[in-house]
Amino acid sequence: MTVASPATAGTGTDASVPRPRGRGTAARAAGLAAACAALVAVAALSIAVGAKQVPLDQVWHGLFHYSGTDTDVVVRDLRLPRTLLGLLAGAALGLAGAVMQALTRNPLADPGILGVNAGASAAVVSAISFLGVTSVTDYVWFAFAGAAAVSAAVYVLGGSRGGATPVRLALAGTAATFALYGYVQAVQLLDTASLDKMRFWTVGSLAPATMPVVSQIWPFLVTGAVLALALARPLNAVALGDDHARALGTNLNRTRALAMAAVTLLCGAATAACGPIVFVGLMVPHLVRSLTGPDLRWMLPYAAVLAPVLFLGADVLGRVVARPGELQVGVVTALIGGPVFIQLVRRRRMAQL
Amino acid sequence: MNVLRIRGLSLRTSPRALFAGALTLLAALALGVALIATGDFPMAPAEVLNTLAGYGTPAQEFIVNELRLPRVLVALFTGVALGISGAVFQSVSRNPLGSPDILGLGNGAAAGALTVIVVFDGSAAAVSAGAIAGGLLTGFGVYALAWRRGVHGYRLVLVGIGAAAMLYAVIGYLLTKADLVDAARALIWLTGSLEGRDWEQFWPLLAVCAVLAPLALGQGRALRMLEMGDDAAYAMGVPVERTRLVALSAAVLLSAVAASAVGPVAFVALAAPQLARRLTRTTGPNLLPAACMGAALMTGADWASQQVFGAGRVPVGVLTAVLGGGYLLWLLVAERKAGRL
Repeated sequence: MTVASPATAGTGTDASVPRPRGRGTAARAAGLAAACAALVAVAALSIAVGAKQVPLDQVWHGLFHYSGTDTDVVVRDLRLPRTLLGLLAGAALGLAGAVMQALTRNPLADPGILGVNAGASAAVVSAISFLGVTSVTDYVWFAFAGAAAVSAAVYVLGGSRGGATPVRLALAGTAATFALYGYVQAVQLLDTASLDKMRFWTVGSLAPATMPVVSQIWPFLVTGAVLALALARPLNAVALGDDHARALGTNLNRTRALAMAAVTLLCGAATAACGPIVFVGLMVPHLVRSLTGPDLRWMLPYAAVLAPVLFLGADVLGRVVARPGELQVGVVTALIGGPVFIQLVRRRRMAQL
Repeated sequence: MNVLRIRGLSLRTSPRALFAGALTLLAALALGVALIATGDFPMAPAEVLNTLAGYGTPAQEFIVNELRLPRVLVALFTGVALGISGAVFQSVSRNPLGSPDILGLGNGAAAGALTVIVVFDGSAAAVSAGAIAGGLLTGFGVYALAWRRGVHGYRLVLVGIGAAAMLYAVIGYLLTKADLVDAARALIWLTGSLEGRDWEQFWPLLAVCAVLAPLALGQGRALRMLEMGDDAAYAMGVPVERTRLVALSAAVLLSAVAASAVGPVAFVALAAPQLARRLTRTTGPNLLPAACMGAALMTGADWASQQVFGAGRVPVGVLTAVLGGGYLLWLLVAERKAGRL
């Protein structure tokens, strides 16, 4: 660790951050408004498109003048929860990723690196295999508890006298992740029935979304989002390095603890509801950073809006390409996001942390 | 840090690093012997050594030479391959998390193997071939995509994680499409297992290691310079791109071959260089100690698996993950107490 600390890895050798283009406050606000418009459009599409096509006026009718026709039922009971969950989970993953990368100063950090996904997976596999839990509404609590417990443990283990440092956090999280996945695989190997259930949760899908699931998780997601957005300023200071942050009057320990709490709430709840989705939290911050520059006060709102655009868009596409079945959203995000991400990395020098 | 001078030649050595490396190697070999000694037909370590030297009874010779020795050798050499590969990747990406797994090589090999298992229902040999093909394609694909007038470490890592995420999705998709028997077989492969490995797996592994391990080790000095940054290394006369290409090619091949022999065993490539660096306390990629550490981790994990769960119950990949993860956590706690890090 002496040589390759993430701090140096993040900055790399060519630290010349590209000149921001059109970065006036007005331009960025306009960009954010455009992103919001895109979000509304994608949400409407997500309600309209699927095995049964619903025209947009029927969507409006189903949402606001519910009269119990077949179309209304499809809109209200199937498409609406799915879309809401996509919005909430997408925003949560985007925010959590941006906070995590800022907190650890590591461009490779995604929420999963804190052991959130592994904790959720371990709890779900235990619940399925040992407690015989079968319904998704029950998974959610186990997954959330597992995610919270593991990320708290990682924070404690990653802490040192002066508080948790980025390298220690990343290492502790990775270690916990590997250990827990070992456990998950062991349980699945010894109990094939749990593998059968787990493999559909693991791939990441919005299909099982129902209103109860949405109403279970939204308080966590909203609390986490508010916390994350409120932390933009101190996290900006943390990005300059511990000494600078301290000199600027940031309370490092408190910032780190609160940021961890935000990430746990956001990512734990999202993972619980739709399975461990890796790519959104990892990719969206890079994408957003190339639009706004590294200022988190802009990055976080952008991430909260653009991540669900991407996430819901991928879900809609997954329903279209594999009709009458569907491709899970986790698969689609990765298969589309991957090439986009690689192209982005190739085309321009990424705005670095 | 001592310097050994013999007439015109001088060699810089670090006694601690040498000692730590030798100790790890000894530990790996001792664990190997212990591994041969355990099983349904238990033997004393002395008997094992006797038999290896050629003085055993025919029954012992059969058990050792035909059944257990190849498995142990496969474990040792995949450990070496993974250790070197991990050390090279961490050094080139200048990131402690930059292991071949994170750059998508493990996932590439797994996607290749799973395609063979799920789509073509192929034999064990075909699965190995699929794994090698997947690993190599991913490795060189990532390198080619990251190439833009030279490969910058940061870009390489980002392209790698993009590829890894895509391949991970492919794996998840293939798992949902498979019937349950194939899915269970695929999961065993994904975990990484030494069960039933014999000479057939060992010879290709040995051949590849014999060529590539020295090649990678030869790049150690240049890699150490490279860690200071491209410009500094260039100024000191290191051929930056060539070093990176040679070292990465070797690392990609090594990890692909290791994956084809035992599956994408988790954590060894990530943990071995970290652990080696902490033992030797020297800078640079620590290739040789990392190789020894990888071998020790693999044999140790397999031995522990047989001791705790009995033979053939839990594949080695589970243990490497749990042991490696546990050890790294313990290390973090211990170093906090000692006030380091």
